[in-house]
Amino acid sequence: MTGPSISDAVIEIQGVTKAFGDRQVLGGIDLTLREHEAIALIGASGSGKSTLLRCIDLLVEIDDGDILLDGEVITDPSVDPVAVRRRLGFVFQAFNLFPHMSVIDNVTLGAVRAHGESRKEANERARQLLERFGLGGRENDKPDQLSGGQQQRVALTRALAGRPRALLLDEVTSALDPELVGDVLDAVRDLKQEGMTMLIATHEMSFAREVADEVAFLHEGRIIEQGSPERILAEPERPETRRFLRRLLAAGRI
Amino acid sequence: MVLTSEGWPDVQETFFSADAFKTSFPEILKGFWLDVKLFVGVEIVVLILGLLIAVIRTSKVPALFPIRVLAAIYCDFFRGVPVILLVYLIGFGIPALELSGMPDDPVILAAIALSLAYSSYVAEVYRAGIASIHPSQSDAGLATGLTRIQTLRFVVIPQAIRRVRPPLLNDFISLQKDVALVSVLGIAEAFRIAQIETLSTFNYTPLLAAALLYLAVTIPMARILDHITAREQINA
Repeated sequence: MTGPSISDAVIEIQGVTKAFGDRQVLGGIDLTLREHEAIALIGASGSGKSTLLRCIDLLVEIDDGDILLDGEVITDPSVDPVAVRRRLGFVFQAFNLFPHMSVIDNVTLGAVRAHGESRKEANERARQLLERFGLGGRENDKPDQLSGGQQQRVALTRALAGRPRALLLDEVTSALDPELVGDVLDAVRDLKQEGMTMLIATHEMSFAREVADEVAFLHEGRIIEQGSPERILAEPERPETRRFLRRLLAAGRI
Repeated sequence: MVLTSEGWPDVQETFFSADAFKTSFPEILKGFWLDVKLFVGVEIVVLILGLLIAVIRTSKVPALFPIRVLAAIYCDFFRGVPVILLVYLIGFGIPALELSGMPDDPVILAAIALSLAYSSYVAEVYRAGIASIHPSQSDAGLATGLTRIQTLRFVVIPQAIRRVRPPLLNDFISLQKDVALVSVLGIAEAFRIAQIETLSTFNYTPLLAAALLYLAVTIPMARILDHITAREQINA
């Protein structure tokens, strides 16, 4: 394979497998995410997209293979998972905001407790980020006072507060009402333009087409097709990919 | 009906004697101050110790396995033994050992017995609360870069405590009454003083006076509990 030099790679996934009981969820994944690149992971529910993202953030232990972050193997037992997670940002499908904390405390918790920033410094930066994502003035609200779209933008802000090397986005719009999806996607689009390195599990094909440099199609725990969004979404080679896209089309999701 | 029945004057004299009330109440009230000090002190110890035990019992770190087993035995034992038996056992048993450095003040020993019993109840309440917080909250804490202990401290435990405030208060109300059990060690608390008065005069009014004092703290506490429960149902 040719391509950018290895030093460009932010996340490298090499032969990663994972089974829950007898259910093989990841059946040998290879994927490289380069600096400033956005890769969209697409595939049916249960194809392993979420599990792969959770493995990268060391929320799930892999069975075999290696995951590298900036050239360092992070799935080795000797590596401190906390230090790795501090270099990555994760946004969950169901937001997972801390319901007992205000918006700003949600955002600054990691900055203060994990990254050792002063409260003042963290608050200032959190305010800027919240402002940027259209949440100015909502700092002292509790998460349940916000709409789903606003909550997800808070979650995105929380993930960015630790200045991550890469963002892992797990179906960030799947739990939202259709009219609230737009604002969240705008925010992600914005981050892409700014050069954020991202791995995005998504069901939004139009979004994948627009934001992703590459699309990887997962089927039963394997990446069976990968390439530019134009090619994968318009002229998929594999019958499984075609079937998946046809189904989305029929469901009005493209 | 009751007030006009033939036996009423006797009943009134035995249970509701104004004279007996007036002479016994100041002493009983003084004794009740000891009850208050006991249940407040014990409650503070219980809230801290119970949380510590619950955290140990819910931890999943393999290295903590032996401590986890100890914590489980602790809960099983102290939850399964009658409180009065524990008060006896510790209140009389420890001094009988005549070990140096061991407390021999019966009030301290009584406080230890109550703390052991109630921390095992409260640990189970906390444990249920911690278990009720969805694992996705821990995931979010870890993903934010927190350590496991920080995730517990800032994310899981504050939510768990909020959720179990009603049962915690309920146990606190039980404790406020159970402090009377320390009277078996001869400690001059409200019930004990009332009992002595009653035994010397064959008048039960002092016991009723003591009952009023217990009610004076448990009923407001019960109303607070109702208030919290009602508010939580609105929020849920």
